[in-house]
Amino acid sequence: MNPGLFAYLSSGLFLGWSLGANDAANIFGTAVGTRMVRFATAALIASVFVILGAVISGAGASHTLGKLGAINTLPGAFMAALAAALSVYLMTERGLPVSTSQAIVGGIIGWNIFMGQPTDPGIVSKFAFAWVASPVMAGIMSAALFALARVLLRRVKIHLLRLDHYTRLGLILVGAFGAYSLGANNIANVMGVFLNVSPFHDLQLGPITLSSAQQLFLLGGIAIAVGIYTYSERVMMTVGQDIVRLTPVAALVVVLAQSLVLFLFASQSLAAWLSAHHLPHLPLVPVSSSQAVVGAVIGLGLITPGERIRWDIVRNIAVGWLLTPTVAAIISVVGMFVLQNVFNLPVRP
Amino acid sequence: MKLPSLFGGTRGLEAQIDLYFDKVQEAGLVFGRAMEIYLSRGVAGEFEELVRRVTEVEEEADDLRREIETQMTTHTLIPELREDVLSLIEQVDEVTNHYEAAVYSFYIQQPQIAEAYRPDFAELARMAQRTAEEMVTAARAFFRDLSAVRDHVKKVQFYESEADKVTTRVGRRIYASDLDLAQKMHLTSFLDRLDSIADTAEDIGDKLSILTIKRMI
Repeated sequence: MNPGLFAYLSSGLFLGWSLGANDAANIFGTAVGTRMVRFATAALIASVFVILGAVISGAGASHTLGKLGAINTLPGAFMAALAAALSVYLMTERGLPVSTSQAIVGGIIGWNIFMGQPTDPGIVSKFAFAWVASPVMAGIMSAALFALARVLLRRVKIHLLRLDHYTRLGLILVGAFGAYSLGANNIANVMGVFLNVSPFHDLQLGPITLSSAQQLFLLGGIAIAVGIYTYSERVMMTVGQDIVRLTPVAALVVVLAQSLVLFLFASQSLAAWLSAHHLPHLPLVPVSSSQAVVGAVIGLGLITPGERIRWDIVRNIAVGWLLTPTVAAIISVVGMFVLQNVFNLPVRP
Repeated sequence: MKLPSLFGGTRGLEAQIDLYFDKVQEAGLVFGRAMEIYLSRGVAGEFEELVRRVTEVEEEADDLRREIETQMTTHTLIPELREDVLSLIEQVDEVTNHYEAAVYSFYIQQPQIAEAYRPDFAELARMAQRTAEEMVTAARAFFRDLSAVRDHVKKVQFYESEADKVTTRVGRRIYASDLDLAQKMHLTSFLDRLDSIADTAEDIGDKLSILTIKRMI
């Protein structure tokens, strides 16, 4: 194995770490922040399921990302991921809305620009559609699920303590599903750019064969898990206190809606099943879990009397759709130029 | 992983909460019966028995309250509402304390209530007990059936205002009478003591209304 391999993969692994540090809070933030689920429990479940999601179902969204621009040198993949990581860092520092999913697209477009090759507008439109559709879908789903939960709870007349108990179990189960979906959908952001230059060979582990891509995803999944264990607790406490106005049932609905959206944009088997039955299916594209959460919370607000849509948050998301890939693309182009001309690295194949 | 068993853990606590409210209601019934006997026969043997009984019930309610509070805190149950629910249970406990204090004050001070005022005192005791009873029903509904809380809180408000009317009416009659000022003040202090049961129950009713809205959001 190339000894410099991990140096090249480091940018992707850093993206994975930052994803785990920030996005695990979208799944377990309320549960941990309100102390309904202990952090140790949440971290273990999130880590295990994010890795499972990445290894088992990570291929779909990564495949689409590969179509956007097939990066076929390690320095190029390193720089695309680094550009995404840097733009996430820079924009977060300035309090601007940012998503890893949008940043990595900018990194890849930067590669295309650097190589002088066109970016397929058909693929770009798939991404644009997914980014706009994901928070909207999360909003519709959370509104529908919450309305259903409200009717059910009024009919069933469940005791407050039992409801609390079921909600805890629900938060853990839905959290596991959410972590799986996050791994499946967002591993593309972390390791997608390295797929064409993966140094791994198929690995036989008893009855299980891990493909080269799956080994990359496993590595990325572990980086996400490290991010969850090392940094996500403080983010979860903040998120839990920020949206403390949500009742636990509402929080459960928000996480479920978000997880369903991420799953729909990641599941190859679901897409294949829908295709086989001549039904329209969603493009398999990495989407932002944070934006899906915001969409879900807005959806709840729409069916809650007295709540109004906070248009400033919606505007921030829309700004992020354009600004993040632009910033990442600029950093990517400049970075590749520097790697090639200053460090004499073989960015071009 | 810290999780209570799937059903056992919460069912036990649910039963304890129900039992706690049963005790508060029982204290109300004992209080009501004690007042009937005092107003008809004074401190008779049966009254003394009821004084002992109200103390026992109050102590049993206290034990249950402590157990509920401990369990809710150690198992970090209903985190977003725990503080409110614990303070609700504490406040409900004040009603049992009021029952006990009222019965004891009649037992110790044995106020001389003229025949003309006895029906009014009996009515006030009934209104106070009804207010508290409706409050307990509202509190039970808060745990099981939010949509019913409002109806019971309405009744709490109604009975409390009736209790206030009786207190004012009888108080004015007492002060307009030929009794000594000391006797007037003594009798009205009992009116106030009975009325405070209804007042506390109404405060809890108001709190329940707010908590219900909080749960519905």
